[in-house]
Amino acid sequence: MIGGGLIYAIAGAILFSLGLYGLVVHPHLMRKLIAFNITGSGVFLVLVGLPQRMAGTPPDRVSEALVLTGIVVAVSATAFGLALVRRFYDLTGKTRLPNDPRPEP
Amino acid sequence: MSAVEPEEHGLIRPIAAALASALGIGLIVAIFALPRPVVGLAALVAAHLEESGVRHPVTAVLLNYRGYDTLLEIAVLLLAVLGVSAFRPAGPVATYRPRPDSGPVLAALIRLIIPLIVLTAGYLLWAGAHRPGGAFQAAAVLAGGGVLLRLTGLIPSFRSPPLWLRMALFLGFDVFLIVAALPLGEGSRLLEYRAARAGIAILVVESALTLSIAAILVTLFVGAAPSRIRNKRSTESARLPQNDRAGQP
Repeated sequence: MIGGGLIYAIAGAILFSLGLYGLVVHPHLMRKLIAFNITGSGVFLVLVGLPQRMAGTPPDRVSEALVLTGIVVAVSATAFGLALVRRFYDLTGKTRLPNDPRPEP
Repeated sequence: MSAVEPEEHGLIRPIAAALASALGIGLIVAIFALPRPVVGLAALVAAHLEESGVRHPVTAVLLNYRGYDTLLEIAVLLLAVLGVSAFRPAGPVATYRPRPDSGPVLAALIRLIIPLIVLTAGYLLWAGAHRPGGAFQAAAVLAGGGVLLRLTGLIPSFRSPPLWLRMALFLGFDVFLIVAALPLGEGSRLLEYRAARAGIAILVVESALTLSIAAILVTLFVGAAPSRIRNKRSTESARLPQNDRAGQP
C-alpha cells in the first residue's frame, strides 16, 4: 500500500537532480549557491517523505528533527557562502570561478 | 575540464541534463525498490516520551535523545558567524542607512509588527514542549523581525559585532554546554538528564538557544549585506578595497 509520503520523496529526488544540473550548468557563483540549496531541499524532502511511503506508517520524528537541524545548518552555510562570494567579487571583480572555461558574458 | 575547447562548451548543458535526469530516475527507482523498514524509531521515541521532559516528540528528539546533534548544530552556526565576520570586506561598511522609502506608514507598521513578532516567538518557544514549535522556529520569527528592523534602518549595522552581541551569539552554546555537563558531576554521562529535571533543563536551553540563534541569523544577514553603497558612475573604482568613503552619503 502506497502512502502519501511517497510523492514528497519523489519530488525530493527530482529537486535533487534539478539542483545538481543547475550547479554544473550555471557559471555564476550566486546561481551555484542557489542550485546547491535546491539540492539540499531535495534531500530534506526525501528524508521527511521516505519514512511515510507506506500507508498507515506514523511520521518518523527522528528524521523530522534531523531535517530541522539540517535546515538551520543549511541557512547558516548559505550565509557563509554568500560572504565568500561577495568577498571574492570585491577582491577580483569576477562572479565565476577562475578555472571555469566558459567565456564571460 | 580546462582542456575543453570553446566550441565544445555547448555540450555541457545536454551532457549535464542527461546525467542529472539519469540520476533522478535512478533515485526514484531506488525509492520504490526500498524494502519496508523492519525496525522503526517512531515506537522507541513514543515509548520514552514520558521521561524526556517534554510532550512533543520532535522536541524530545532534538533536545533530549539527539542532544548532541543540536549542540553541534549551534556550534556550526557560531562557526558560520565567525566565517562571515572574518570575510567582511576591508573597505568602508555602510553602518547606518535608512531606506529612501521608509515613510511614516512603513515605520508605523514596523512598530506594530515587532511586538507581535516577539509575542509569537515567545509562544512558539513555549509551545515547543507539547506541540510543533521550539527554539528554532521562535528564533526564525525573531530573526525575521531583526531583518525587518535592519532593512528599514531602525537598527544600525556594524563593522564587527559589539561586545553585547558577541555575548548574545555565544549565550546559547555556553548555556547548552553547561546544562549538558551538569549530569557529569552526578556520575551520569554528558547530556544525560534525570527525568525529574529534564523539563526545566530543556526549557533553559531552549530559551538561551532562541536568543542566540536569532542573534546569529541577524548577524549573518548584516554580515553578508553589501559592504557599502556602490557609486553607479564609477563601479570600477568602487570595487577596490582601498576606496574611501568620499562621494558617499
